[in-house]
Amino acid sequence: MLDKVLFYFFAGIAVASAVLMVTRRNVVHSAIFLITALLATAGIFLQLRAEFLFIVQIILYVGGIMVLFVFVIMLVNLDVALQQIQFARQKWVALIVALALAGQVGVMFWTSGKMPGQGLPVLAAAAAEHLPPNSEAVAKSLFSTYLLPFEIASVLLLVAMIGAVVMAKKRT
Amino acid sequence: MMNAALQATLEFLKLYWAPLLCGVAVVAILPLVVGYIVLVERKIMADMQARLGPMRVGPHGLLQPIADAVKLLIKEDIIPENADKLVFWLAPVLSVGAGLLSLAGLAIGPAFQIAQDINIGILFVVGISALGIFGIVLGGWASNSHYSLMGALRSSAQLVSYETAAGMALVSALLFTGTLNIKSIVEAQSKEGIWFVLLAPVAFFTYLVASIAETNRAPFDLPEAESELVAGYMTEFSGFRWSLYFLAEYTNMIVVASVATTLFLGGWLRPFSGVPWLNFLDFVPPLLLSAIGAYCVLRMPKQPTRVQQLFMLAMAGLCFVVALVLAAPVVLPVIKPSLRAAVAPFYAGIHGGFWFIFKVSLYIYFFMWLRFTIPRYRFDQLMRLGWHFLIPLSIINVLLVGVALIAGAYFHLQGWGLLLVTTPAAVVALVAAFLILAVEKERDARQEQTAASDFYAG
Amino acid sequence: MGADELVINMGPQHPSTHGVLRVKLKLDGERVIGSECVIGYLHRGVEKIAENRTYQQFAPYVDRMDYVAAVSSGLGYCEAVEKLLMVEAPPRARVIRTILTELQRIASHLLWLGTHALDIGALTPLFYCFREREEILKIFEKYCGARLTTHAFRIGGLQYEAYDTLEKDVERFCKDFESRIVEYETLLTQNRIWIGRTKGVGVLTAEDAIAFGVTGPVLRASGVKWDIRKAMPYAAYDQYKFEIPVGTTGDTYDRYLVRMEEMRQSRLICLQAIENIPSGPILAKVGKVLKPPPGEVYHAIEAPKGEIGYYIVSDGTVMPYRVHIRPPSFINLQAFDRMVRGHLVADVVAIIGTIDIVLGEVDR
Repeated sequence: MLDKVLFYFFAGIAVASAVLMVTRRNVVHSAIFLITALLATAGIFLQLRAEFLFIVQIILYVGGIMVLFVFVIMLVNLDVALQQIQFARQKWVALIVALALAGQVGVMFWTSGKMPGQGLPVLAAAAAEHLPPNSEAVAKSLFSTYLLPFEIASVLLLVAMIGAVVMAKKRT
Repeated sequence: MMNAALQATLEFLKLYWAPLLCGVAVVAILPLVVGYIVLVERKIMADMQARLGPMRVGPHGLLQPIADAVKLLIKEDIIPENADKLVFWLAPVLSVGAGLLSLAGLAIGPAFQIAQDINIGILFVVGISALGIFGIVLGGWASNSHYSLMGALRSSAQLVSYETAAGMALVSALLFTGTLNIKSIVEAQSKEGIWFVLLAPVAFFTYLVASIAETNRAPFDLPEAESELVAGYMTEFSGFRWSLYFLAEYTNMIVVASVATTLFLGGWLRPFSGVPWLNFLDFVPPLLLSAIGAYCVLRMPKQPTRVQQLFMLAMAGLCFVVALVLAAPVVLPVIKPSLRAAVAPFYAGIHGGFWFIFKVSLYIYFFMWLRFTIPRYRFDQLMRLGWHFLIPLSIINVLLVGVALIAGAYFHLQGWGLLLVTTPAAVVALVAAFLILAVEKERDARQEQTAASDFYAG
Repeated sequence: MGADELVINMGPQHPSTHGVLRVKLKLDGERVIGSECVIGYLHRGVEKIAENRTYQQFAPYVDRMDYVAAVSSGLGYCEAVEKLLMVEAPPRARVIRTILTELQRIASHLLWLGTHALDIGALTPLFYCFREREEILKIFEKYCGARLTTHAFRIGGLQYEAYDTLEKDVERFCKDFESRIVEYETLLTQNRIWIGRTKGVGVLTAEDAIAFGVTGPVLRASGVKWDIRKAMPYAAYDQYKFEIPVGTTGDTYDRYLVRMEEMRQSRLICLQAIENIPSGPILAKVGKVLKPPPGEVYHAIEAPKGEIGYYIVSDGTVMPYRVHIRPPSFINLQAFDRMVRGHLVADVVAIIGTIDIVLGEVDR
């Protein structure tokens, strides 16, 4: 019961934040609501007993990427951004695409209920005691099964960092 | 749905009433504690500056925090004209919230931890305290002042830069534990019998410097110093809002000190906790407090007024009571050996709490000492120190500690034996540090030469 | 004015501008590319007032210009009028004047050190410096009754005889002072952060210093060995042995070292002076009503902040026709623009502090 309530609580915050984020005129308000949406997602991770994902979501997404977003927003001239007309001429296209996507997702949910095996798989929840400690599990798989992708990702990040530094240096 | 919510709440309360109670207690008591930490800082500052500090409000200035709190609460709440009211309200709340939440993950002694047994303990504390950055940035932006914004961005740039170095330093120590759980970290130090500060001294030093920058303390406090063009992101906040920021800063100090104590200084372990013949050290806490109480009693007749005499007596009484509480778990088993098992959890909890608070206080005292002794870094010097020195040093240190550990496992070294491999690693790291500093100085000198010639072009 | 340039305003109310100084800084990002000092917030029309006061009546006004070092300003004025009257203060008065002026130099430098360190972030030296300055101010109070605006000297000599324990007090202060200077140096001189904040900051070359007319420790730190106490001795300075500290690069660190050494040398002068204070009268025969013969005089002395000069024109009456004061801080402040270009905003405060200005003197 507690699980359910927590899930709906976090999910509600996530959805509301997402809606508010795309409807605010003020860019900083949008950023704040994106932060709350990400925090709510982290809460859902926590509720699913994936504590490592919870904290990594907070450290990386909220503490890293959102800080970067907020920095850029504040360094850019906000008045100019506020005066730009939003939702220009793509309103209708966006609406149609959104409706199509919503329809697809709805069909997915409907079929998973009606036709088992099609649509979304409905998994039985694992008992909490059987779950291995999250960080160790992720670490083990990263350094054994997924070692090559991990190293490739690190090299990619290194290249991106070096590229960013080189480009920033060239300007001055 | 209301029924479901009610049922869920009851279930939650039944499971977690103890941590909730502890949490409420901490949030209620923390402002008072922080207020007295500020008083202690002012007294220490005064002592180092050959003066007395607050003396008027209450005996020896002991009611000063109360006076300050009352003043801050009744001050007029000024909001700048075009400020964004929602964000202006939210920013200090974010800072304080992040600080308090990260406090929840810490274990003060083996018995007191609000969020019990989190698998990701240290990561939780570090990650949540990083959320405080938003409080600063949004506060600076909401002030609707260009200079506040610049100060806020600068402050948060500083925080973000030193987070990496701090994290790497923590990783160096975590290599010895293999787990992120706070209690397990201290237990690992107990098992090894040696505190990680001795095994990874360079990591401790790196974390020390990075934590000073993380909490915006001197010498890294340029963003909030008044000799800068503005007073930084806190300029437009007055009264209660400002006190929230202040509370957040000192809470961050406590968090950072607690993390360092847990990881490096043995947490709640007594010095040489594993060595049985040094068990007489257990008597040090009660003896120390009794000595302080006796000192208060001795100084009582020398106080000028009756109120101060009574106050000294009260202080002495308090010290003796605490000394009694500390002595009980140690003295009782000596008198009646059968009580040893029954008293053990009390011993662990009370003495553990004492040693933890003692070490945290030492760490914070060092922060204060630094603040009053050395001037502050300019912002570009600060950033250069973080990026050019601390981050390379901490990364190199992680590598070296890892190699040392592998060597230690190969030779089956344990406990104090690990020093055989970690000391060479620390020496190599120190050599690397000096090399980096030398390269930096040379680059500085070269830049000075090239830059000096265009200064007189105008 | 390019797109990236920004003009910001510092002061006149600012914790670090040492008075009511308004500085307009033209910034390119973080770097200062130009500056303009707006002064006059403390202008009180002192020079005009002088035309309506007798020579003795004007003496207290002189203290209030450089209120941090009132004794030296008073010395300059009294000696200038004595030159106009063509009298000389008796030897005893000259020696006591020297002692008090050197003590005032130490006090002024102590205040400079405390506030300069405070601006750069070192909170503690301020209190240590004020502790020593307190001792000096106690000596002044015992001598002439005032700590800050002392009016210690009279035209023709001194009014007050040295009080009985003056030599003992000065000797005790000087004996303690050596270890105190060591205290300040321990905190600052070899401190990495201090060196990082002051070395290479606000460099003023010797040619620029002379071209701007800069005097005092700022000039000496740029490498020019010029001290009026040695070049054109006044009071009793020709009787004592002391060194003139000279810097090499003319940056803030050099100015710091020069002033620290000056404090040491002043202490030596005081110790030499109190050994042998000649006996005799303390006031020359000048009469109650001073009517200097018509003429003009320019007399300069080495005040703690630089050369303070008095240009007095007398028309034969009891009031001067014109008094013009050449304040060291005012002239030294002209070099501020040259010193601050190319530096970061955080250095501006350090540079203002290192010139050692007092707005009372700049604005008069």
